[in-house]
Amino acid sequence: MSVPLLSVNNLTMRFGGLTAVDSVSFDVHRDHITAVIGPNGAGKTTAFNCITGFYKPTDGQIVLTHADDSVFKLEEMEDFRISQTAKVARTFQNIRLFGGMTVLENLMIAQHNRLMRASLYTLAGIFNTPSYQRAQKIAKEKAEFWMDRVGITDRADDPAAALPYGAQRKLEIARAMCTDPVLLCLDEPAAGLNPRESEELNTLLRSIRDTNKVGILLIEHDMSVVMEISDHIIVLDYGRKISDGTATEVRNDPAVIKAYLGVVED
Amino acid sequence: MHYFLQQLINGITLGSIYGLIAIGYTMVYGIIGMINFAHGDVFMVGSFVSLITIIIFGITGTSNVFLGIGVLVLVAAISMVIAGIYGWTIERLAYRPLRGSFRLAPLITAIGVSIFLQNFVQATQGARVKPLQAIISGGFTLLSSDDFVVRITYMQILIVVLTFLLMAGFTYLISKTSLGRAQRACEQDMKMAMLLGIDVNTTISTTFVIGAALAAVAGLMYLLYYGVIDFYIGFSAGIKAFTAAVLGGVGSLPGAMLGGLVIGLIEVFFAAYFSSEYKDVAAFSMLIVVLIFMPQGLLGRPEIEKV
Repeated sequence: MSVPLLSVNNLTMRFGGLTAVDSVSFDVHRDHITAVIGPNGAGKTTAFNCITGFYKPTDGQIVLTHADDSVFKLEEMEDFRISQTAKVARTFQNIRLFGGMTVLENLMIAQHNRLMRASLYTLAGIFNTPSYQRAQKIAKEKAEFWMDRVGITDRADDPAAALPYGAQRKLEIARAMCTDPVLLCLDEPAAGLNPRESEELNTLLRSIRDTNKVGILLIEHDMSVVMEISDHIIVLDYGRKISDGTATEVRNDPAVIKAYLGVVED
Repeated sequence: MHYFLQQLINGITLGSIYGLIAIGYTMVYGIIGMINFAHGDVFMVGSFVSLITIIIFGITGTSNVFLGIGVLVLVAAISMVIAGIYGWTIERLAYRPLRGSFRLAPLITAIGVSIFLQNFVQATQGARVKPLQAIISGGFTLLSSDDFVVRITYMQILIVVLTFLLMAGFTYLISKTSLGRAQRACEQDMKMAMLLGIDVNTTISTTFVIGAALAAVAGLMYLLYYGVIDFYIGFSAGIKAFTAAVLGGVGSLPGAMLGGLVIGLIEVFFAAYFSSEYKDVAAFSMLIVVLIFMPQGLLGRPEIEKV
């Protein structure tokens, strides 16, 4: 198999005396949907936060390899460069949209770096030069493409906060995709969605994997989503990795059953 | 009636200057949630830089309005750049290391920076007031009666027009350019902006530079309007602009402009009809009243607790 897209080695995160993530290693492959599952407090979100630069890990390496073989050591990168240069995007369990800005603006913000360069760091933007207008147009087309893809085109000019919950989730994914990521990290994308909406989400994630060639790493509690769409599942419990494999392998792993259901002592 | 009209003109002129300074307060508050108490002193530095530039170029009074304006634009550009460097440096040295610290910490360094700038200018430029002869003089007589003449000077027109041009340009910057979008994004959720690849530190620095540059223009206009400056002007002008920002609703740009005009008018009318010694009392009483009865200000958004 080729070099994994993301390779996490011995990732450890301590908060004072508490070890939230303890020497966890796993790989995420290109064109795969990889799910991280585990009971509450297992360290899933903490691991996520380390990968996306929200936290600086206490120990371990997080290596991202692009298709052109350029290598990024995420744990050493300045926070905003993880999205800007290494091309890792993420969404949040509790949605973090720019509520006061319109749907379209939320998607334009995600293309900030390209627009900043096109506007010569604002100078051309103030004078609204043709080159900047072109860049704006391309950015807008991309935003429209993703609005269409997730089905929120009719709400383009509404403030993001005015959207219903399910649409906000979709917008968050669309916004993450507008940053042109190679790795998309989703923190509980199906939380709060009704069965029909989670079905739509499954379809969307599959199509992102297949048509955009983006690796997806997700945390999810909704097993109907996890088991159906994941190519690869990693199970964490008390900060440690207890299982790693396909849906079937994980489902039959005694360690996983023990973590979720407990075992009867005899 | 004539007297009232004249005071209205004076009030709007003064209010424009306050409004320009108030924008710096409001922008910085919007983006990092701190009151930059050194902002008034950046205005003072801008004023001094303008004065020094004028002296170096040996600019003297001219009756040719267009030549005068051309020269002043050049002076404004120089003092905007230098004040911008001050703004950037202050943010870099005094505020950025404290970001993420407790809320009061940058407020205290801001006061420290303010004291430093006052003493720095006092030490290098001397404590005496610096006079400047009028560069653009003359004006129009709008109305005249036997005992009173209503005049609007070229200088007043210049101040108001320039202020509104800057405001318009600035509003465009914030609402339409990608820098403005990034600033609004940082204002709402800095961490999320960072995760979308926005360089938050640079965006904040830029905000300080823009605020300082606008304050420098205000400083130049103050210098030209009053013709005297000293190292202490930043204090009272700064506090009044702060009042204007609070009155308009801290964080709101049109609010800052509106608040500036209201404070300018209150001050001028109070001085005209009641007592010029107590004009500051009127302006600051306004601050107290607003804070008690309308803490979100005229155009501010009500504070919503984030869950």
